[in-house]
Amino acid sequence: MPLASYQTSVPVVVDDAKCIADKGCTVCVDVCPLDVLRISDMTGKAYMAYDECWYCMPCEADCPTGAVTVNIPYLLR
Amino acid sequence: MALDQIVDGLSEVSCDVLVIGGGTAGPMAALKAKLKNPKANVVLLEKANVKRSGAISMGMDGLNNAVIPGYATPEQYTKEITIANDGIVDQKAVYKYAQNCYKIIEELDSFGIRFLKNENGDYAVKKVHHIGTYVLPMPNGETVKKALYRQLRRARILISNRYMATRLLKSSDGRIAGAISVNTRTAEILVIKAKAVILCMGAAGRLGLPTSGYMFGTYENAANSGDGYSMAYHAGAALANLECYQINPLIKDYNGPACAYVAGPFGAFTANNEGSRFIECDYWSGQMMLEFYNELLSGKGPVFLQLKHLHPDTISEIESTLHKVERPTRGLFQQGRSVDYRNESIEMHISEIGFCSGHSASGVFVDDNARTTVPGLYAAGDMASVPHNYMLGAFTNGSVAGIDAMEFADNHDFAEFDAADIAKERDRVLAPTKREDGIPPNQVEYKTRRLVNDYLQPPKVTRKYELGMRRLAETRQDMQERMIARNAHELLRALEVQSIMDCADMAVHASLYREESRWGLYHWRTDFPEKDNENWFCHTLLSKQNGKMTSEKRAVEPYVVPIADDEKDLYDKQRIRATA
Repeated sequence: MPLASYQTSVPVVVDDAKCIADKGCTVCVDVCPLDVLRISDMTGKAYMAYDECWYCMPCEADCPTGAVTVNIPYLLR
Repeated sequence: MALDQIVDGLSEVSCDVLVIGGGTAGPMAALKAKLKNPKANVVLLEKANVKRSGAISMGMDGLNNAVIPGYATPEQYTKEITIANDGIVDQKAVYKYAQNCYKIIEELDSFGIRFLKNENGDYAVKKVHHIGTYVLPMPNGETVKKALYRQLRRARILISNRYMATRLLKSSDGRIAGAISVNTRTAEILVIKAKAVILCMGAAGRLGLPTSGYMFGTYENAANSGDGYSMAYHAGAALANLECYQINPLIKDYNGPACAYVAGPFGAFTANNEGSRFIECDYWSGQMMLEFYNELLSGKGPVFLQLKHLHPDTISEIESTLHKVERPTRGLFQQGRSVDYRNESIEMHISEIGFCSGHSASGVFVDDNARTTVPGLYAAGDMASVPHNYMLGAFTNGSVAGIDAMEFADNHDFAEFDAADIAKERDRVLAPTKREDGIPPNQVEYKTRRLVNDYLQPPKVTRKYELGMRRLAETRQDMQERMIARNAHELLRALEVQSIMDCADMAVHASLYREESRWGLYHWRTDFPEKDNENWFCHTLLSKQNGKMTSEKRAVEPYVVPIADDEKDLYDKQRIRATA
């Protein structure tokens, strides 16, 4: 069966202006228990690559520049 | 390199003691093993990152089961847990925990974790349980993981993050020989030979589907997909009382604790829609959950945690805990719905099912030395069978496991295993990556967990369980033959689905085996509605025998602390009696 992609609004938002992933920071990607954050090849910034979030907060709490915001996933809100 | 690209790789390392799972019990087990023999190699393997993994990823508000001299005795605690767990308890392990946990509290204190004291300098222990007093707040509870991590670094524990263990290795004579794992970002295989292995892999928290429909909106850390239960099963270890599910009273939709353990001691209580109390005690037990369930269905639901009658300063104090540790996004959630605890109660509901001995009793069978039924294999924390053991139980029993496992490793050499087992497991693990076309893991998982809700959620009806078993078997076939993973991350999820499926099968099997009702809502069988002490006052042990799932009875060990006849059913008396 062919696969289709599925649209979803992701709960973790990264402020590109504050994110320093392009300078080598990987803190949020490192600490995420569900391993859903990645660094974009295009922008060099962190982003939520997989919508599998426990809205737990380490990414936001540990970000050295305050670039990460965790929102409640829409389905729970 | 493209995102999560699959890399072909196989490497092998060895260590004396391998600890799998770096949440709560795991770090303590690794630390104690290393301190027992500093020359030995201890590896701590973690699917996520030890810095922020497990149930206490964001810390914890307090200890729920602290046995503190002057407030409680090990005898009282053992008695309470025995009664709370409907008598099906091997008391030796609970009693040992109760005796040892105070030392662990002092040790945690030396790590920099603080515990609430009153003006006299005594521990400010609170009452939440039905009988005794065991709840001790942690003012800097958000720092627990950091404190543990410092100790691990100091002791030079070898930490391997982002490796998911998939199967245990054994020798032909049945002794543990190590584990096979896969890198969650590259799919490379890592074989770890070990003289002893400690499983600390948490609850099976992704078993039922949250009613929000969001698969990762679980009570437990959603990384806890029951991998430890599945691995122990396939290694031939016995699993105890899996039919004693974990079902929790939680904030509706958010699916985290409301939390009566924090707010109760300040005067908050569980109320129905009339604002009346209906349960005597907010401590989580199957009997309490049954009353919660009955109230929801009685027309007096929804059920709420009520704080609004408290002084605003008290509410602010409760808020500062609830919105800071364990599940800090509780504040954000309530804010999004414009719920202010000062004028509105917190709407609650009943969670989906899971396995977790931390709150109930479903776990890999262990004795009072944390030994499983497989020589050299240990288990601790939420996945081991010591009931109601919470965070302090994970620390305390993790400590027991670490020390005993290192003794075992000191007295044994590496066990030999069949190299063909590695090739076989590698093929199994990578199978979803070899298909060109198929069903993605998220769909297999959604369907499996939806079936769990539809057919397995109590009350347990035999006919529903039989149908559920058939539907699960069909979905298992899809999983084994058609599931596809296009990158290493999808492979991680594909492997987790296999753990979830194993746990669902075990839940069905264990529930059908025990032909009585026990533990309130946790094992309420409509076809056998009564408690049957004559035939079922026993543990049930589930294991894989000759490739087949098998259940058997195991006698409850003679009690260390006797329970008087008039005490046995204290937890059955949860409902507040109507007054004229």
